[in-house]
Amino acid sequence: MIRALHKYTGLLASILLLVLALSGVALSVIPAWDKLQTPALSESGLSVGELAARIATHYPGVEQIKRAPSGKITAYFYADNEPGAVVVDPATGQGVSDYSFSPVVRWIKDLHRSLLLGDGGRLTMAAAAAALFLLSASGVSLIARRMGGWRKALAPARGPFASRMHVDAGRLSIPGLILTSLTALYMALGSFELLPQDTPQPVFPAAVSGETGLPTSEMLALGEVPVSQLRSLTFPYVGDATDVFTLSTNSGKGYIDQGTGEMLAWDSAGIWQKIYEFIYLLHTGEGAWLWGLVLGLLVLGTAVLATTGIFMWWLARRARPALPKGVAANKADTIILVGSEGGSTWGFAGTLMEGLMACGHRVHTAPMSRFTPEKYSNARQIIVLAATYGDGKPPASAKGFIDKVNALQQAPAARLAVLGFGDRQFPAYCAFAEQVVALAKEKGWQSLLPMDTVNCQSPQDFSRWGYDLGQALGHDLELSHLAMQQHTHRLKLVSRRDFGLELQTPTAILRFALPRTGLLARLGGRGWKRFGAGDLLGVIPETSNVARLYSLASGTRDGFVEICVRKHSHGLCSGQLFNLAVGDEISAFIRPNPSFAPAKNRKPVILIGAGTGIGPLAGFVRANHRQRPMRLYFGIRHPAADFLYGQEIGQWQREGKLENARIAASRLQQAAYVQDILRLDATHVAEQVKNGAQILVCGGRDMAAGVLQALHEILAPHGLEPARLKAQGRYLEDVY
Amino acid sequence: MKKILTALALTTALVMPGTVMARNVTLTGILKNYGGDGAYLAVYITNANGSYVGTLWLAGGKSKYYNSLSHWYRATGGATSGVTAASVGSGRSFQITFDIADALIDSGYQIRIDASVENFRDAPSDIIIPLTSESFGTANSGRRYIRSVFLQ
Repeated sequence: MIRALHKYTGLLASILLLVLALSGVALSVIPAWDKLQTPALSESGLSVGELAARIATHYPGVEQIKRAPSGKITAYFYADNEPGAVVVDPATGQGVSDYSFSPVVRWIKDLHRSLLLGDGGRLTMAAAAAALFLLSASGVSLIARRMGGWRKALAPARGPFASRMHVDAGRLSIPGLILTSLTALYMALGSFELLPQDTPQPVFPAAVSGETGLPTSEMLALGEVPVSQLRSLTFPYVGDATDVFTLSTNSGKGYIDQGTGEMLAWDSAGIWQKIYEFIYLLHTGEGAWLWGLVLGLLVLGTAVLATTGIFMWWLARRARPALPKGVAANKADTIILVGSEGGSTWGFAGTLMEGLMACGHRVHTAPMSRFTPEKYSNARQIIVLAATYGDGKPPASAKGFIDKVNALQQAPAARLAVLGFGDRQFPAYCAFAEQVVALAKEKGWQSLLPMDTVNCQSPQDFSRWGYDLGQALGHDLELSHLAMQQHTHRLKLVSRRDFGLELQTPTAILRFALPRTGLLARLGGRGWKRFGAGDLLGVIPETSNVARLYSLASGTRDGFVEICVRKHSHGLCSGQLFNLAVGDEISAFIRPNPSFAPAKNRKPVILIGAGTGIGPLAGFVRANHRQRPMRLYFGIRHPAADFLYGQEIGQWQREGKLENARIAASRLQQAAYVQDILRLDATHVAEQVKNGAQILVCGGRDMAAGVLQALHEILAPHGLEPARLKAQGRYLEDVY
Repeated sequence: MKKILTALALTTALVMPGTVMARNVTLTGILKNYGGDGAYLAVYITNANGSYVGTLWLAGGKSKYYNSLSHWYRATGGATSGVTAASVGSGRSFQITFDIADALIDSGYQIRIDASVENFRDAPSDIIIPLTSESFGTANSGRRYIRSVFLQ
């Protein structure tokens, strides 16, 4: 609900918000610019009367003196029947420059307030301000949900680049945006005259002295008022003895006799007027130039938010293919229920539908929130594809599912299969799917096959589960899911180094040449992306179109594409890769993986890996040109067999790219695993982490679990907790 | 052409129906090309002492800006008799017609126009036209925003 409100309001208002924000940013520098242009007021006690007298000596035809909130004093006068206006130096009363209101500023202001469209445009912009407030308020609650609670709302954001930018820009600018949208709405109420008005209205005196000619410097009523209080002073009409001086100050407005210099009538500014002026200052920064600049910077965030917001929507949309046409709920033998937050799970649902329909199933697909078991009269199986939002909350399209299942008297007859989608970096990986499984068990809902998970939209995970599902249904089922249309490139193998043949664990470091792509292809977004170590190489094996992902051990700067591959006994892709000879080619693409890379700072880095998990870690060290402290803990089987990057590790240490490397070998007589060497180094590791070190772990799932346990033991005595480090983005895992 | 009928409160003061001859007057004004937003205008009549007598016409939609028409505003407190129009754009012209008692002509009465433009200086009594026989048929030039006003 909140998410839909945020999304659609944002999409509808985005263009208007961009106009509002960019014009607002342009206007925000004006108070500072004015301040720079304004001659300073050096005499603190200078009275309005004295100032007016100084100005009158230079401009005898002066009609009005105005003081802007920036302190700029402008005199309007007639000379030779021609109106003129100058910015005045209060010290002399002499004009320092001609004054005219800039048509550019006027245009931007009009654009900002009304799109240059008068009252209709004003209403539109007021609606945009209301949308901005709605977006900010809903954004706050979405951030809290995404980060897993209000207390974690300021933790580092994770996920794809655009959405991290969106969250970060939001967290920075939301306070400013709430303030600026509310003040804008208040001012809009004012311009549609919906606010109580109490502008000072002194009653014009019934009688004046009738005398004229008293110099302003001798007028008592003007002598008391310091220039810093002045808003405007209007001179009487020339030759009209019945006219008066009109004085406006910060505290009110009054009429002064031009013959006696006495205040004839005075009215103080009311509370509504003062409130309005304060809100006007908050919104415009007029008279508070520094605040204006700060506000401008915050509002600039709107431009970032609008752009990244639209980009996120576009990505989610692109990831959601049109679903194949299914059948009605009561006719289907297979029901697919989708719990999706961003929309990508729908893509998998589409692939699953196609696969099942090709096998002759009649399939009905619906969001989990529309779970209606009474309609599933012909269903043999119900398949739940459930993503998890934030800290284990149900995703948007699964609202109410748990309650509906809870309310069931009896579990549905159709058997249940649950597939969880998530990202292993989040502590609550696939927590919602697990919740569904637990509830089903409690209700006695018969299971079709055990729950499985798909990490980071991995096509392999999905394909593997598809195989299991096919087994359970008694037929073959191949699910080849392409999350997005990938433009593949041909990569040519330039060298390979083989390891582990002696231990029947053939492993190789494969190095490919960078593919050449034309400028046109690159501009069209079909070029070979820039990449770094830790990003993923998607390899499409022949005879299948399911891509396999490998962690990259090199970056664009290295000038080659390098991966570590271990041959699996039945692995289609690893087998093909392993049989490559120098000069052979593969089809591949880059998938960015920004969530597994050292943070961009100078803090120490602890790299932990085993087997082919060394790949991205070696890449990080190779790219460590700035020589930040990096330590490596590397688990192998035998130094003579599978010591990947054995030569380079020594060289990197000599070059200062790697501070220290500790190796654990499991097939030596004194068998050691990587968690063992971590424990040996416990004091040092704890100290590094206390100094802000970041930990990156890459390798098999069992190793990662062992490392987590070891680190827990090492850090607990120091009051540190791996889970907390994970939440702070200081403990990253790339696990397979 | 904006035709103003006798709905004005003013007319009761200026015109005595049946007893006195009244004159039908057309006032045509042209604004200068000052290059700002539309001008707020107040067209009103003052007597020989310069005191306010009545409002003929008011241009400008938002009453909160009326205090910028300062001479007119301090006499009336911004109360309008309902004869208002939209503000008049830079370089544009306006025309109003009204009836005026013959007795007011050549008796020291004046037509005054206050003008104001957002972000620009206010121009109270931008133009003052004495209500004399000579004023009819000649062009009177204004000081700030009003190029000229023609009475007929």
